[in-house]
Amino acid sequence: MKALVWHATNDVRVERVPDPTILNGRDAIIKITTTAICGSDLHLLNGYIPTMQAGDILGHEMMGEVVEVGKENHKLTVGDRVVVPFTIACGACFFCNKQLWSLCDNSNPNAWMAEKVYGYTTSGLFGYSHMTGGYAGGQAQYARVPFADVGPLKVPDGLRDEQVLFLSDIFPTGYMAAENCDIQRGDTIAVWGCGPVGQMAIRSAFLLGAERVVAIDDVPERLRLAADGGAEVLNFADGEIFDRLRSMTGGRGPDACIDAVGLEAHGPTLDAYVDRAKTAAFLATDRPSALRQAINACRKGGVVSIPGVYGGFLDKIPFGAAFQKGLTFKMGQTHMMKYMQPLLHRIERGEIDPSFVITHRMALDDAPQGYKMFRDRKNECIKVVLKPHEETVH
Amino acid sequence: MTSTINLADVERWASALGGAALTAYGIKQLKDRSPAGAALTAAGGALMFRGATGHCPIYAAAGIDTANDREGTRVALSGSRGIAVDEVVTIGAPADRLYAFWRGLDQMPRFMEHLVSVQQIDERRSHWVARAPGGRTVEWDAEIINEIPAELIGWRTLDGADVVSAGSVRFKPATGNRGTEVRVRLQYDPPAGKVGATVAWLLGHEPSQTIREDLRRFKQLMETGEVATTAGQPRGKQSILNYD
Repeated sequence: MKALVWHATNDVRVERVPDPTILNGRDAIIKITTTAICGSDLHLLNGYIPTMQAGDILGHEMMGEVVEVGKENHKLTVGDRVVVPFTIACGACFFCNKQLWSLCDNSNPNAWMAEKVYGYTTSGLFGYSHMTGGYAGGQAQYARVPFADVGPLKVPDGLRDEQVLFLSDIFPTGYMAAENCDIQRGDTIAVWGCGPVGQMAIRSAFLLGAERVVAIDDVPERLRLAADGGAEVLNFADGEIFDRLRSMTGGRGPDACIDAVGLEAHGPTLDAYVDRAKTAAFLATDRPSALRQAINACRKGGVVSIPGVYGGFLDKIPFGAAFQKGLTFKMGQTHMMKYMQPLLHRIERGEIDPSFVITHRMALDDAPQGYKMFRDRKNECIKVVLKPHEETVH
Repeated sequence: MTSTINLADVERWASALGGAALTAYGIKQLKDRSPAGAALTAAGGALMFRGATGHCPIYAAAGIDTANDREGTRVALSGSRGIAVDEVVTIGAPADRLYAFWRGLDQMPRFMEHLVSVQQIDERRSHWVARAPGGRTVEWDAEIINEIPAELIGWRTLDGADVVSAGSVRFKPATGNRGTEVRVRLQYDPPAGKVGATVAWLLGHEPSQTIREDLRRFKQLMETGEVATTAGQPRGKQSILNYD
């Protein structure tokens, strides 16, 4: 089959690899009909995530048709149309039983690597480095899905691929970020980063009853899309975010702040330049300027919700502000299986159509160009969807 | 309170006196350039240590405590000789089920990576086959020397008189009905003979990590019915610089 393969920082290629096979009884093999490039894939492209190896197949947003089922899998049958969550969970451990699916104890074959860095392991992930299991990803024509009797969600034929594809990651991720804000009537939510997860968080905040959402970015087309979703927008290139947020919220600050940027934050602030210099010199791993702003801007007793990915050590976090203002922090990889079914119902009821973020549709063959376009924010690119079984897309 | 003294008085004195005699005899043999001298001296030294400290690492690892016999299995593993491993994992299954799976022995290669097979010879003794470097296998016999259903299995390896490793696995209900804490203790003496060297090789440079991975696979098997793996999945062309 064809697959998108990581070779080195800024070097991904589409090449022929062997087809996946059933390796465990609960596995299934999916013929991938639609997949996508995630903002977090850019962290891999840019070399920010350790334990990548040349030859790794990327991709963790996928859906398709079940073509083979392991003998212990009694939930799926050949021909089922499914969306596959990016986290892999066993469904049986202490954490899965508490709905903390992304913290599954049993799905990471390289748990020892994660333990060395984080103390304890999180769940396995598709196509996201060896520290999270080294599972082959979904930017390919076929994929093996472990514990496929737990994760994949069957979707009705009446909905197009593009309407349900983002149940695989960014819609539940943005939704959990908003849910973590514990939104009350009249609340104002500020969202840093208007990439695909930020966009989903903005719309989810409204679904959950937010009165106002303020969206912060410096990319005009992303701010336009946020405004389409009902958000008031702030371009951080135009001046101090804190002052403007304070002014917009009657001098009190947003009730909750969402950092949908993560470890590669950029911007014109002094701390962002210092972070960039330090990261280039390997003195720090992550660049948390969006997080610093979110902590400073948040109202007293508010929530900082972090769907943006962090991997290592953060420097100069205003922890005093966090403590003195009594902030609550909520974060982590998305507990996918808790959200997929209810969010499918929201799509079916017409409350949201997540396909609004898609700006580009490409054949898998063109994925390397798609990565570069997404990374460089060329052609007003916000979200790239890939078709693995089409030579060209019309 | 647990005590590092797990030998009864009589046994301590016997160990000390027997060890001293062996050591003296061994040193004499050494002077005579006899190859047996070194082994006798080493064995004698071990017995003297056992007598002097009241602590037998082999007994401790196997969960045997002759000093506090009423307590049966309460013992701390703190011997200074050899290498000691103490690893624990919590598994969401009842102790009796975990115990039964482990005590069956023949299923152990499913979660202990280096094992090829384990066969019962009789009620207490078993024959073990493991992978060794260069595609070879190594074999040894072991016996169960301590056993409490749903609680404890203790064993030691047998190779004539060359007993160099012992271990135990304990099953203890976790708090709040959260499954069972499974604790493995292992003690072995790397330089002491062929089996010791083999055990040392099997456990690698980080014996605790090796046992932790075995326990992790045991947990996966018990909780999910399978062991998570990517072995055999597709991947692209690799550079020779890759580490796996």
